[in-house]
Amino acid sequence: MSRKTAQKPDMQPELLVEMYRKMVRIRRFEDAIHLKFLDGALPGTVHLYQGQEAVAVGVCANLRTDDVITSTHRPHGHAIAKGVPIKSLMAELYGKSTGCCKGKGGSMHVGDASVGMLPAIAIVGGGLTIAAGCALAFKLKRKDNVAVSFLGDGAANEGDFHEALNMAAIWDLPVVYVCENNLYGASTRVNKVMKVKDVAERARAYGMPSAIADGNDVLAVYECVREAIERARSGGGPTLIECKTYRRCGHSRSDANAYRDKTEQQEWLARDPLVIARDKLKAVGALTDEDSDTIEAEIDAEIEEAFAFAEASPLPAPEDCLKDLWA
Amino acid sequence: MPKLTYGEALRQAIKEEMERDERVFCIGEDIGIEGGFGGAFTVTLGLSEIFGHERILDTPISEAGLTGVAIGAALMGMRPIADVQYCDFLFCAMDQMINEAPKIRYMSGGAFSVPMVMRAPVGATARGAQHAQSVESYFAHCPGWKIACPSNAYDAKGLLKTAVRDDNPVLVFEHKKLYGAKGIRKVEGAIDASSEIPDEEYTIPFGQARVVREGKDVTILANLRMVYEAGFAAEALAEDGVDAEIIDPRTLNPFDYETLYRSVRKTGRLVIVHEDTLTGGWGAEVAAKVMEDVFDYLDAPVKRVCAPDTPAPFSPPMEEFYVPGKERIRQGVLSQQ
Repeated sequence: MSRKTAQKPDMQPELLVEMYRKMVRIRRFEDAIHLKFLDGALPGTVHLYQGQEAVAVGVCANLRTDDVITSTHRPHGHAIAKGVPIKSLMAELYGKSTGCCKGKGGSMHVGDASVGMLPAIAIVGGGLTIAAGCALAFKLKRKDNVAVSFLGDGAANEGDFHEALNMAAIWDLPVVYVCENNLYGASTRVNKVMKVKDVAERARAYGMPSAIADGNDVLAVYECVREAIERARSGGGPTLIECKTYRRCGHSRSDANAYRDKTEQQEWLARDPLVIARDKLKAVGALTDEDSDTIEAEIDAEIEEAFAFAEASPLPAPEDCLKDLWA
Repeated sequence: MPKLTYGEALRQAIKEEMERDERVFCIGEDIGIEGGFGGAFTVTLGLSEIFGHERILDTPISEAGLTGVAIGAALMGMRPIADVQYCDFLFCAMDQMINEAPKIRYMSGGAFSVPMVMRAPVGATARGAQHAQSVESYFAHCPGWKIACPSNAYDAKGLLKTAVRDDNPVLVFEHKKLYGAKGIRKVEGAIDASSEIPDEEYTIPFGQARVVREGKDVTILANLRMVYEAGFAAEALAEDGVDAEIIDPRTLNPFDYETLYRSVRKTGRLVIVHEDTLTGGWGAEVAAKVMEDVFDYLDAPVKRVCAPDTPAPFSPPMEEFYVPGKERIRQGVLSQQ
């Protein structure tokens, strides 16, 4: 297991700024969605991603469009980072027929075949074996694609975690498991349900390399994942990466966070991944305050457009319930 | 035309489909190990020598894992034929079987599809409660799975080939007493389900029931091994003066109600026979549909002859009581006359 902290960035400034832009897009999207839900404008529930933006963005910046990801019940960040257009994402949350799943999926099942995002699997751990299967298909077809499976710390305690990582390892599959350890499975703190300190430690049991990244530092995530993706792409097999991070909101929309220690919260909230990324970009001269303001204004306009699109879109016909079961 | 056992016919179907389409591969436990079994019932015996171990892929004992892997591979355009050694083990993979495989297409609004096959042996064969179930009804209840249940070698080959070519998840339930395995793998009380297999290629469309025996007094609907038990009962019933028609649905989803209704309109009586347990069994669904659609043609209430609502027992006399047989089916029919 290796611990990764961000090295001096050796990547193009354009890529750095693009990653920052995507993080802002996720943050602003989730903030806006949160308010809409509190207003009662959207049906159902929602699991928000604020605080973990650096993980989705740092991972997906390493992927090609035809690489695939599996996601979880907290999928909006993964979707935006992988390139699902926010208009169709927003429309899906509204249950509109223009949504990325035509209103059949909703918040917990967003996906888009054209950008390599499987419909998110909201059963904890359910996507892990499926990602291994995608990777097996790439291997059998002699393609150099990679599958990435996002999971939470909670999924590391599911049986599927064991079966998936074992199979990925024995067959040297091109899959990278990215565990976003945000310290809580719903309200249960990870130390109550796991004897080992790090999820990454478990990789050793499967003969699989692993690494721990600062999940609030997009550069650290990017670099850590880049190595794993390159290994997978070149036939070197799977990796388990643990990103230490924290969700800024509750588990779902009705969660007031009463179970989280105030000091812990303050410490993590002070390590805002957007602020960390912005400061780094400024330090290397890749971003000015003015650029940053412009990015935020542009993103806000995108989100306004997405709301307008979603709200103006038609609801599905009720009997569309009966469609899309069979190929 | 060569005569093949049920197991040999399944093997031939897999071989032909793997030769036809390089996307087709097998994934399961103990399916391709040299000196091994070729699957629990020898269906894949010898195939790894032909196709190699990448396409006859042996897995750890991880039913949830191998099912999820099959789903993922199918999502990426492969055509996996997965199998579990006993259908009872499907329950280890229930999340993948219920929440993933049959739902992914729907919840993606039709953007993705899961063209996978899952093969699973059913039926009581003196192995006790966890290697003896007939579990078709659990899955017949789940929208999104097509379900085939071949009762003879000809159907086994044709239905499995159709399953591989289908763009949806398909479950193929095979009965342990029908495989025709020989030597040490021979199953006690095995039934000869072998068939003449045409030299030329064929497939059997889903949703086409087979009229196994024509008759005018009662319709017996039976699947898998029960087709044979119904046949024995029909011979006995002939001596009772009752002329029974036997229908094998061949697939439970889609279900060929047209053929069933045509028969029921003629006979006015229906007895449904399955080795799956009674309550909530697929026979209950068929009975309800018959009542909704052709009630006026019925001269007697629909009768079900099924396994009782207990786990399968081990001891042979109890197992014989548990599995519907010739005499229970005969009595079921006579109770309606």
